[in-house]
Amino acid sequence: MHIKDEIVERHVLAVLVDNEAGILARIAGMFTSRGYNIESLTVADISEDHAISRITIATNGPPHVIEQIIAQLDRLVPVHSVRDLTESGPHVQRELALVKVAGKGENRIEAMRLADAYRARIVDASTESFIFEITGTPGKIETFVALMREVGLVEVGRTGVVAISRGPDAA
Amino acid sequence: MAEKSGADILVETLLSLGVDTVFGYPGGAVLPIYDALYQHPTIKHILVRHEQAATHAAEGYARSTGKPGVVLVTSGPGATNAVTGITDALMDSIPMVVITGQVATNLIGTDAFQEADTIGITRHCTKHNYLVKNPSDLAQVVQEAFHIATQGRPGPVVIDIPKNVQVAAAEFSSHRGLENNRYQPQTEGDYQVINQAAEMIMAAKAPVFYTGGGIINSGPEASETLIELAQLVGCPVTSTLMGLGAFPAASDQWLGMLGMHGTYEANMAMNKADLVICLGARFDDRITGRIDAFSPNSKKIHVDIDRSSINKTIRVDLPVVGDVGRVMEQLLAVLKGRRFSSPGYEEWWSRIAGWRATNCLEYPENKEEIMPQLAIRKLWEATHERDPIITTEVGQHQMWAAQHFDFEKPNKWLTSGGLGTMGYGLPAAIGAQLGDPDALVIDIAGEASIQMNIQELGTATQYRLPVKLFILNNEYMGMVRQWQELTYESRYSNSYSDSLPDFVKLAESYGWTGILIEDPADLEAGIEKMLATDGPVLVDCRVAKLANCFPMIPSGAAHTEMLLSPEDVKGTMDDQAKALV
Ligand SMILES: Cc1ncc(C[n+]2csc(CCOP(=O)(O)OP(=O)(O)O)c2C)c(N)n1
Ligand SMILES: [Mg+2]
Repeated sequence: MHIKDEIVERHVLAVLVDNEAGILARIAGMFTSRGYNIESLTVADISEDHAISRITIATNGPPHVIEQIIAQLDRLVPVHSVRDLTESGPHVQRELALVKVAGKGENRIEAMRLADAYRARIVDASTESFIFEITGTPGKIETFVALMREVGLVEVGRTGVVAISRGPDAA
Repeated sequence: MAEKSGADILVETLLSLGVDTVFGYPGGAVLPIYDALYQHPTIKHILVRHEQAATHAAEGYARSTGKPGVVLVTSGPGATNAVTGITDALMDSIPMVVITGQVATNLIGTDAFQEADTIGITRHCTKHNYLVKNPSDLAQVVQEAFHIATQGRPGPVVIDIPKNVQVAAAEFSSHRGLENNRYQPQTEGDYQVINQAAEMIMAAKAPVFYTGGGIINSGPEASETLIELAQLVGCPVTSTLMGLGAFPAASDQWLGMLGMHGTYEANMAMNKADLVICLGARFDDRITGRIDAFSPNSKKIHVDIDRSSINKTIRVDLPVVGDVGRVMEQLLAVLKGRRFSSPGYEEWWSRIAGWRATNCLEYPENKEEIMPQLAIRKLWEATHERDPIITTEVGQHQMWAAQHFDFEKPNKWLTSGGLGTMGYGLPAAIGAQLGDPDALVIDIAGEASIQMNIQELGTATQYRLPVKLFILNNEYMGMVRQWQELTYESRYSNSYSDSLPDFVKLAESYGWTGILIEDPADLEAGIEKMLATDGPVLVDCRVAKLANCFPMIPSGAAHTEMLLSPEDVKGTMDDQAKALV
């Protein structure tokens, strides 16, 4: 007997939660205990009184699993709302990365040229290294990091994706 | 406002919420609460013999009374011992509030004596849980915990209270209700959707009601509404294990339980129906059998208060989110408003009559040994007029009880369905007896399961609870043996109940009456003696050792592939089927 894999879709969810102790463990743990995937998860409090946090979760799975993920999130007591941004129309996704590259000569020049093309900013520089700051879609960051690998990548830090729907209304 | 200790705030809040019974076990981290209880004798504390039993007793109390069960245990081992019952309550949607002691806040995280990460451990086996770090939060947390445990789909809630929070003082006013009510599940069904449901019912030629524990949870009125709705529609009704009693077994419309050990007629009706109306059930794998072969030609309506139960395993055509009792009332009103009357479904009923004719619950006659099915039936005959509350353990005896004991009313059948916890029945019976001191409460047990919480014989003795314990002793973990016959060519690996105690002597040593029944000729007299004896009675009823529970849908099979008798058993299975539970 062999285990079969299913075809998966990527979805970005915006979840508003009470900003209380253990909330991250509750959300992340729900994903692991039910066997769902987390590609990235970001969280920060967003309300004036710091009572509410917005969690952005990029996840993937077959459509029926995505539907379950949303329902399972929604029934957690501290969860106020769950929005599937991928489902509900056009939205903006952004991620920030800090990328450290070390090298001299041709590699260093090439790194700078590429950074310029990708609109990455230099936030630190020494004679043998740069730190670039880049924002964009996860795909753009993915490509930039792949290019940097060829010219002396040392390390990368990524924030994970945040997303928000287009137009005047809240999602 | 007056200041009070956290322990006093807790106990007074419990009192204000109407709590009269707490099942618990003391220890270092809850001593302040135990001292507060000592000062408040209006709350009855039932001292169990093991924390797992406290949770099952609370479940039994809750399931039979409709009120939430309350548990109090100490930190560390007290809390971890409670985890099985908490998980059981989550799976079966039982309202329960569990208060656990915790080491003082300054010791949390230091591997202190009897420290366990109770919040971490119970995060995914509770509906919600809390660590209370300040006594001024306690009253609100306890009120919200009861609200969450009982509203929407019921479930267990854990409140972890560090010892210093129990001792420290805070201002307390008993009049403050729940502020900021953030948990408000939808109970009312959407009217447009209910209208669609009514139209689907009106168009159906072969409808069936598939009911579940949600109807019991919705309260006794929901059972009344179900009866009225079923009478109006005039279609057959089947139920899950958890839903037994919501619809009277004496009704002509009753098909018996469905699923793995359900009746042939119930499973065939599900398979051939053109409309399945699921009321407060969740398409559990014991019910569906092979998913792709489950009720292939029907449209499906699913009424559930928990949106995450809808489309989880089976895709349905019409989801209705709401309290099943309320939704049935709405549906009834719409159907009546449209002057619907039952078309009689003559052809459908005649097909059902054909399936009923297989007499699928029949079992071989046996002059030498007591057939377990017969023992259950005789127990029913001798007791049904007294509306007994029946609890069970887990195994063949549980399934035979579900098949051969007829339930006419809700809240009379207490069993561990979702988790299938051996050791549930005796403490659950104790909890039910406390909830209704005059009721006849019987735990139908297996000789293996009963040993998992046998120490609770002492609890029944201490509180003078006249619980009856009826053990179908087949000297096997019968259900395990049955699967080994089905799947592993009868290689009985570790399923024999060796070194059994003398149950009669064991009962007597706890102050119970013990009765041994060995001969079929003594069965009725033995049951009569059990019923005529005051106080708790254990019956060791020796039954046919190798009897198996039929009908059965083997794992991974379709409803149409039921095994009706031992002759249908092959003894091997492919890996695909072996991999299923
Ligand atoms: C706590 C727990 N452990 C193991 C099991 C697996 N299991 C299911 S039924 C069963 C045998 C039960 O034997 P007994 O109580 O004698 O009942 P019988 O099937 O013989 O009627 C076992 C071991 C379980 N359900 N619960
Ligand atoms: Mg047995």
